[in-house]
Formats: sequence, C-alpha cells, structure tokens
Amino acid sequence: MSTVSLKVEFSGGLELLFNNQRQIKLDLPAQADASEGRPADVRYLIHWLKDNRLKERPELFVENGTVRPGILVLINDTDWELEGEEEYVLENGDDIVFISTLHGG
Amino acid sequence: MPPKLCQLCNETRAVLKRPKTGQHICRECFYYVFETEIHNTIMEAKLFSPGDRVAIGASGGKDSTVLAYVMKVLNERYNYGLDLHLLSIDEGIRGYRDDSLETVKRNQQQYDMPLKILSYEELYGWSMDRIVEQVGRKNNCTFCGVFRRQALDRGAANIGVDHILTGHNADDIAETVLMNIMRGDIARLGRCTLITTQGEDTIKRSKPFKYVYEKEIVMYAYFKKLDYFSTECIYSPDAYRGHARTFLKDLEASRPSAIIDIIHSGEAFEVRQEVKAKAKAQTTCKRCGYMSSNELCKACSLLEGLERGMGGLAVVRGRCRGLESGRR
Ligand SMILES: [Zn+2]
Ligand SMILES: [Zn+2]
Repeated sequence: MSTVSLKVEFSGGLELLFNNQRQIKLDLPAQADASEGRPADVRYLIHWLKDNRLKERPELFVENGTVRPGILVLINDTDWELEGEEEYVLENGDDIVFISTLHGG
Repeated sequence: MPPKLCQLCNETRAVLKRPKTGQHICRECFYYVFETEIHNTIMEAKLFSPGDRVAIGASGGKDSTVLAYVMKVLNERYNYGLDLHLLSIDEGIRGYRDDSLETVKRNQQQYDMPLKILSYEELYGWSMDRIVEQVGRKNNCTFCGVFRRQALDRGAANIGVDHILTGHNADDIAETVLMNIMRGDIARLGRCTLITTQGEDTIKRSKPFKYVYEKEIVMYAYFKKLDYFSTECIYSPDAYRGHARTFLKDLEASRPSAIIDIIHSGEAFEVRQEVKAKAKAQTTCKRCGYMSSNELCKACSLLEGLERGMGGLAVVRGRCRGLESGRR
C-alpha cells in the first residue's frame, strides 16, 4: 500500500497535548479509505492524529470533526484557508503546522 | 489547486487569508499591512509624543512579544522618538513564570531594550505559589489579577515611565466586552473598549493591538520566527473567561467580522451619567498609598486577608474582578 510522508508540527501550546513533541514525521496510508479509494486529506490527518498521537484532552484539539476554532493550520507555510482546509489532499513531503492561539499572551 | 496570487500586489503567491477583510495576501504585503495598520491606530489615537518613555508590559507570550518587536520596528521606521522599555512581573509560579521570564530576557537581547522585572514576592511579600498554598486553586486568579495590575503601575513608576503598553488584541477586547455584558458591569463596559485608560495616578495604559486579530498576531510571530512562550498558567484559569473565549472563537469561525463587530457594539454603548456617578470617589489606600475607592486598596484588602489566614475571600466575594486587564 502506498503512503505519504509528512512532517507535522505543533506549537503555541498544542505540543503539550502531544507528549511535548513539537515535530513528528509520519507515513500515512495514501488512501484514507481503501475500499472507496478516498485519498488521504487533512481531515483524515486530524482524525489520525487524534486517534494515534494525542495524549490528553482531545476536546482541546478536535471539535465537530475538525480542529477546534482558535487552532491555526498551515500547509507548507500557507494558511490552510487558502488550500481547501480539511479537503486538501496530502502529498509526499508536505509540512503541516498546527498552532494554538488559545494560550495567553 | 493552482497557487493563489496576492490580491494586493498581484505578483507573489498568497500565504494568508486576512480574517478582517477576507483578502488573500502574500508574506511581504502581510507584514506591510499589519505594521501599517498598527501605525495608523497609534497616529489616530495620538498615543505618543517624541521623547516619551514607554514601557511594554512583557509576559513572554505571543502578544507582548509581537508588540515589543513591532514597537521597535515602528519607532525606528517612523521616528516616534520613544524610549522603549520592557516591564515584566514575576508572579512567582515555578514551572510557568520562570520559563516565560527566560523568553523575556532573550527578547531584551534581541530587541535591545532595557528590562525591569518586579516580583510579587518583593512587592507584596507573597509569591503566587505561596498564595495558592494558602487559598487553594479556586480564587487564585483574583489575587493574580489585582496584584498584577498594581505591580505594573509600581514597576512603571520605578523606572520613571508614565505610559504602559499592553498586548491586548481585538479578540481579547471582544471577549472582555462580552464578559462585562454578561456580568452587568456597565462601568467597565464603557471603559474596556478605550484604547487608552488612565487611573487617578498618572500612569496611562494603552492597547496598540486594539484592532489586531489574534490570528494575524500568531501568523506574524510564526512567519517572523519570533521567540515566544506558550503554556497555560499551571493554576486553573478563569473558567468563565474560558467559556467566553470559546463562544467568541465559535462566532468568529462562522463570521470573522464578529470580533470587530463586538468591539464596535461595546463602543456604541453610552453609559448614562447616573450610572457613572455610582462609581465611588477615589481616595488613597491608607496602607500603601495606591489609589483606591475604599480605605484599603484591593491588593491590601487581599493581603490583610492572607495575613489573617483567611485568604481574603470575604473581601472579594460579589465584587467585580479586575476584568480590564484581562488575563495578563
Ligand atoms: Zn503581495
Ligand atoms: Zn493598598
């Protein structure tokens, strides 16, 4: 089965939910659903992270099937709002950054 | 998806959708509009005069770190002629404030600004760690809010500064408007949207980020690789404020202009004179000399409670709590 290699980063306090890891490398299946042939997108990545890497308080990361409002997402250093948000189809070498804005400044 | 071009310069690939306008803009245009809008806010409010000594209330967090950076840039670019200082408060919270103060110390080097750190311990004789030992985790935010506000004023007086800048952004102010409405605190509602407030003492407080969205502050810090510290205070945060924040973020997700709309609503309220008149006349605290509407200022009332071993809870119950200064 083919995979996509990703770099995923957490910051702004979000790393605390992920065992204090600021950066992880992942190989995700290129198909989010093998039978339907749906390609792995950011929505799939969010779910995968929640199920496999999140260590505590999932409600601070995920809400209504996507990231909680107040978490910014960048895809290859571009605001995910310009890249289709959850629908963006992951490609080999993509760098996905999650930043919490909810921590005090 | 083909890359989208910047809607301002039409040359470079867009990297950000502005929450305020929905525009797609490139990195360089983002820096330009972000900095220029803050400059415009400063000019319109006539915040400064050449030669002013100004302190930036620095916590090491994203807002005050970006504020220190941008103030340095603007002061040089537009020749404000300001003498900028960093002013930090050490609440005495091990594992939280000691780490964030390290960030402030790096900022001092990076931005080449003098730094003054004042601790609760030296000002009040109590660190937050010891206060929490005594009062538990329920009302500790009350202590911290009251103490921090006074500590910043005293720190400013100490370094000969009469103007403090804080990193409160548009999201913070909208949140405070909502909380003041929910608590029926009309006097504070009238004040919390002002860009500058001044107490009886001569120290002014201003919010140059009044119209700046949190998203843009975080994106600016990210693109500029600014060094900031982000961890929740280890003592339980103000739960009510947390609900207000979540509600606001949900509103913003469905309509980004909600933030500015709420600030405008707050500004549009006109507080009737008879409501204003209810505010007590100011006098000075008989214990420490700080401005106060009672014999003892709020900090001293809390301290007397602590010293009697009561945690001062009787004093604060049912009163409005330092909402103006928000979480910082
Ligand atoms: Zn541009
Ligand atoms: Zn006092």
